[in-house]
Amino acid sequence: MHAIQLDGVVKEYTSHGEVVQAVKGVTLDIAEGEFFSLLGPSGCGKTTTMRMIAGFEEPSKGTIRLHGQDVTNVPPNKRDVNMVFQSYALFPHMNVWDNVAFGLKQKKVPAEEIKRRVGEMLEIVDLVGREKRRPREMSGGQQQRVALARALVNHPRALLLDEPLGALDLKLRQAMQLELKRIQREVGITFVYVTHDQSEALTMSDRIAVMKDGLVEQLGDPRTIYEEPATAFVAGFIGTSNLLTGTANGGVLKVGGGRVLVPGKEGEVTVTVRPEKITICTEEPQGELSIVSGTVTEVVYLGTYNSYAVRLADGVEVTVFQQNAVDATATAERGDSVWLSWQPQHSYAIGK
Amino acid sequence: MSSGRLLKAYTWLVIIWLSSPIAVMILFGFNDKKSKSNTSWQGFTLKWYHQLFEIDGLTSALVTSLLIAVVSTAVTVVLGTLLGLALGRHRFRGQGVTNFLVFAAISTPELVMGASLLSLFVSANLPRDALTITIAHVLFSLSFVTVTVRARVLTLDPALEEAAKDLGATPWATFRQVTLPAIMPGVAAGAMLAFALSVDDYVVTSFVNGSTMTFPLWIVASVKTGIPPQVNVMGTLIFGIGVVIAVANSIAARRRA
Repeated sequence: MHAIQLDGVVKEYTSHGEVVQAVKGVTLDIAEGEFFSLLGPSGCGKTTTMRMIAGFEEPSKGTIRLHGQDVTNVPPNKRDVNMVFQSYALFPHMNVWDNVAFGLKQKKVPAEEIKRRVGEMLEIVDLVGREKRRPREMSGGQQQRVALARALVNHPRALLLDEPLGALDLKLRQAMQLELKRIQREVGITFVYVTHDQSEALTMSDRIAVMKDGLVEQLGDPRTIYEEPATAFVAGFIGTSNLLTGTANGGVLKVGGGRVLVPGKEGEVTVTVRPEKITICTEEPQGELSIVSGTVTEVVYLGTYNSYAVRLADGVEVTVFQQNAVDATATAERGDSVWLSWQPQHSYAIGK
Repeated sequence: MSSGRLLKAYTWLVIIWLSSPIAVMILFGFNDKKSKSNTSWQGFTLKWYHQLFEIDGLTSALVTSLLIAVVSTAVTVVLGTLLGLALGRHRFRGQGVTNFLVFAAISTPELVMGASLLSLFVSANLPRDALTITIAHVLFSLSFVTVTVRARVLTLDPALEEAAKDLGATPWATFRQVTLPAIMPGVAAGAMLAFALSVDDYVVTSFVNGSTMTFPLWIVASVKTGIPPQVNVMGTLIFGIGVVIAVANSIAARRRA
């Protein structure tokens, strides 16, 4: 059974007399208990998609199902999903306990059960002893956990999270990522997570839908999205990527004074290769490898690794990451001629 | 003199300037006056406090004023809150015109408003009495409530109401439990403004009162024969209540903030 199904969902707005499509036809199945991310740059339609699942926006076309039930035109207060807002949207005039109990009170749950469930939930998010605090008396991380508890206490069929960690600093954000993952495992509820932060999506998700211009560019698990990007956009948006374009002849692409092995490909082709898959050396490597050569134009020391910018013979710039494993000395200096090589399986031909 | 002391001296001058009329009003409520006019100090007494309600016309004028203020404030707060919410939260056809009218009602001279209301009531064949006064007071205080509520609504995170709905609250429950408490400081400030505007209005009221006497109208009418010290006492008490409310409100606001 799918927790959430979107079928050909379109959202149109009229802005200054012109029809604008924020979402241009999204079809997705989100499985029960899955941690699912909608990832993309601002304006890609990810937030609108989530707001349609929550019921704050009505789709112009298409249907939305929750557990098989069509909820396309059901108002948000009658949908069995809850949302964690980017601004948290905690009720400022209520203390932590009343904030968390709000949803259960609306559903006329007996007082005894409210007491038990709110208590349990505050334990899960580690806020026991802070029941009487007002939201403004709490840190960003604590407010975040109140927002999470307020949504989860209702045992929704799915929890929607709209960039919930955006307002936190890096350290706290990383801690909360793991915390969210733990809580999701603990409660076993489907999470739909909207973010523009690719590393956040990679860290937490079971599957990711990368969105661009109102459409899903690629749908897959983090490994596939990272290692085998389907389009140049995905390759560029997730991490750093090098793109090499040329004409393949007999499974070999002639670029940058060297060759890229593209088994089974013919004609015009673009391949992507991740910077950390490339080996940099000053002597020509041997073997069944993709090999190109060029000149180092920049070396940047970045702590755990060095980043090289290498200009190939045909002018294309390639980024290479080299781990600082044993000593921190760089293999090459600026101006050196170098060889770059990688295993054939580390470059992927992508669509335009 | 250093600029710090200059600033201090200036500040105190302004405070004295602003509060001296009030001080005089309070002081002459204790004046044991013998002559007709209450303008020169003749000794301390509390008898005006004891005889506070012994001038029938004055007492009934005060009661009328308070009644009108309570009713017009209640009506104004309901209408102004709804208007402020609509203007602050939603976009709709006629919003620009409504915003303009709200502003126009504030900037219209009272004389113009009074005169036009009078001709409206006359042509509508409405007898001038406490009802027409109340309608007039609602009219000129409505904009003030609208503006204070709207200002509050604009600072409100729209996600608050969405969160309430998301958690299963009906539109009415959302308003009662989330929106209204959140805009309450604006509503309370608007209510106090409306009450104060109503209790002391003279100009507009004098056009639409018919034969009904309000507190300010009675005072102005008694200028010729000499304002009795009871008026000072009532003024002092009204001022005192106002101060208590304002202080309580600012303490509550500090606790909320």
